[in-house]
Amino acid sequence: MKNSRKRWSILLVSVMLMLSLVVLSACSGSGDTAAPSNDASTSDNSASGSDDTSSNGSSEETAPADDLSGTVTAAGSTALQPLVEAAAAKFMELHPNVMVTVQGGGSGTGLSQVSDGAVDIGNSDVFAEEKLDADKAKELVDHQVVAQGFTAIAHKDVGVDNLTKQQLKDIFLGKITNWKDVGGKDQAVVVVNRPTSSGTRATFVKVAFDGEEPIEGNTLTEDSNGTVLKTVAETPGAISYLGLAYLNDTVMALKLDGIEPTVDNIIAGTYPIWSWGHMYTKGEPTGAVKAFLDFMTTDDVAEIARQKNYIAGSDAAKLK
Amino acid sequence: MNTLKAKKRNEAFGRFITFLCAILVIIVTFSLVIFIASKGLTIFVKDGVSPIEFLTSTKWRTEANPPQVGALTFIIGSLVVSIFGILISAPVSISSAIFMVNIAPAWGQKLLQPVIELFVGIPSVVYGWIGLSVLVPFIRNNIGGLGFSVLAGGLVLAVMMFPTIASVAADALRAIPEELNEASLALGATRWQTIRRVLLPAAMPGLLTAIILGLARGLGEALAVQMVIGNAMNIPSSLLDPVHTMTSIITMEMGNTAMNTLPNDALWSIALLLLAISLVFILLIRFIGKKEAYK
Repeated sequence: MKNSRKRWSILLVSVMLMLSLVVLSACSGSGDTAAPSNDASTSDNSASGSDDTSSNGSSEETAPADDLSGTVTAAGSTALQPLVEAAAAKFMELHPNVMVTVQGGGSGTGLSQVSDGAVDIGNSDVFAEEKLDADKAKELVDHQVVAQGFTAIAHKDVGVDNLTKQQLKDIFLGKITNWKDVGGKDQAVVVVNRPTSSGTRATFVKVAFDGEEPIEGNTLTEDSNGTVLKTVAETPGAISYLGLAYLNDTVMALKLDGIEPTVDNIIAGTYPIWSWGHMYTKGEPTGAVKAFLDFMTTDDVAEIARQKNYIAGSDAAKLK
Repeated sequence: MNTLKAKKRNEAFGRFITFLCAILVIIVTFSLVIFIASKGLTIFVKDGVSPIEFLTSTKWRTEANPPQVGALTFIIGSLVVSIFGILISAPVSISSAIFMVNIAPAWGQKLLQPVIELFVGIPSVVYGWIGLSVLVPFIRNNIGGLGFSVLAGGLVLAVMMFPTIASVAADALRAIPEELNEASLALGATRWQTIRRVLLPAAMPGLLTAIILGLARGLGEALAVQMVIGNAMNIPSSLLDPVHTMTSIITMEMGNTAMNTLPNDALWSIALLLLAISLVFILLIRFIGKKEAYK
C-alpha cells in the first residue's frame, strides 16, 4: 500500500517536471517568433486604421486630413524617458488616432525588448553593440535624434562650484578625497556612482574620466536619477553625475573648466559631456513608428527638448 | 437517490477543482525553479565562468573584457546585513511572543496581534523610504559615517523580520501542552524559571524555525535594503560601512543589461544562488521540525 503510493507520487513528480519543461520551451520558443508577428501587426494596424478614419469622417473633432493611426510602444533609458514622454503627448495631440506609450526600464531593457520585438522603439543611452550580441545588434537600426547633456553635481555646501576636468577625474578615481584640495571646505568627498551597467555612468567614464572606471570601495551607488539627487542633496561632501533633464536646485551643478553645463553651451560646443540618445528600431521603421521618429527631429520637439534640457530637432543637427 | 448522486457529483467536482489547482501550483513552482536554474547556470556552462570564481572573487565587472564575475561582495553583504538584522530582531520578537502567549495572554494578545498584522501590511518600499528619510540622516548626524550602512540596513530588516519571527514563535509557544507549564509551576518553579527552563527549550524547534524564516525574509528583501545600504562594492569593516547585497545588485543592474548577454545572465546566477540559499533554509526547517525537544 505504502509502496504503491510512493510510486504514484514519483510518477506524479516526473509528470510535473515534463509539463514544466514543456511550458518553459513554449515560452522561450515564442520569444523568437514574436518579432515578425509584432511587426506585421503594427503595419496591419496602420493599414486598417486608415480605413477606420475614412469611414469615421463624420466626426469633426479628429483632424480630417490625418490618416495616420496605430500604436507605437517605446521602452528603455530612463534618462531619455521624460523627453520621449513629452514628445509622445504632443505627437498624440497632432495624430489622435495614434497611441504612443513610453516606458522606462533602463537602456538594457529597451534594447532587449526591441530586439525581441516586444516594443517598437528601444531607447538607449549607449550603442546597441555595447549591450547586445553582435548579430542581434546588427538587426537594429539606430536613430540618433536626441542628444542629452550630463553634469557633475555636488552637495550645496562643498564650497566649490567649478572643477577642472583633471580635478573631476581625480575625485572620481579616488586621488582627491577632500574638498579642500580643490579649494573647497575641509570636508571628505563622498563619491556617489551609478551601477557599472548604467548608460549615464558609461558616458561619464568615456567623456569625463577618459575611459577609466571610478573607484569602488567606500562609495555609494544609486540606481536612479531620483535617488542620486536625494542622496547628493542630503549627504555632506557628496558628488555624483546626472542627466541635465533631472537637475534641480536641491544640488549644485558643477561647472567644468569654468563652463556651465547648459544646453546652449553643448550646442555651442564648449561643454563636452553629452551623448546621443539612441532610439532603436528592429529593421527600418514603417507607419506610425516612422512618423513618430520623424516627428522627433522636428522643431516642435526641439522646443519641448529645450524646456526639458535636452537637445533635439535642428539643435541636435548642429551637433552632428 | 437523486440527491445522493448529486452529492457524489459535487464531491467529484470539488476534488477535481482542488486537484487541478494543486497541480497548477506545483507546475508553476517547478517551472520557476527550472527557469532560474537554466538561466543561472548559463554563465558557467556557456561562458565558462568558474563557479569557484563566482563564489570567491570580489571582482564584479561583467561588462569588461574579459568579464569578471565575482559575487562574494554581495554574498557577504547579504549575510552581514541579514544576520545583524536577526541579532536585533530575534530577541525582541521572541520576547514579544513570550509576553503575548505566556505572560499576558489576555490583553497582551489583544494589543500585540494587531500590531504584528499591521507590520506585515506595510509595504517594503515604505520601510525603505522611512529608513532613507529618517534612519540614514540620524545615523550620519549622531553616530557617524555616511548614514548608508550595514547598521541602517540591519535596523530596517529587523523591523521587517519582526512580524514573521513573532507570529511563528507565538504559534510554537502556544503549541506547548499546558501540562508542561502546570507541572513546572507545581514543582515550585517561578514563572520566569518555567519560561526559561521548560517552555523555551520545549518550543526550541519552533523558535529556530521562526528565526530561519526571518533570516530568509531578510536575505530576500530587496527594495527596502537597497535604499539604505549605499550599495558599495565593499567588504564592510564596520557597521557604519556601506555594503551591497545579492538582491540589490539584481535590481540595480537588471534594467541596464540586455537579456541573454553575460551581464544579464550573471544576475540570474545570483538569483539562482538566492534560490539555493532558501532551499537550504527550507531543508533546515524540515530537519529541525522533525526533532522534538520533549517526548
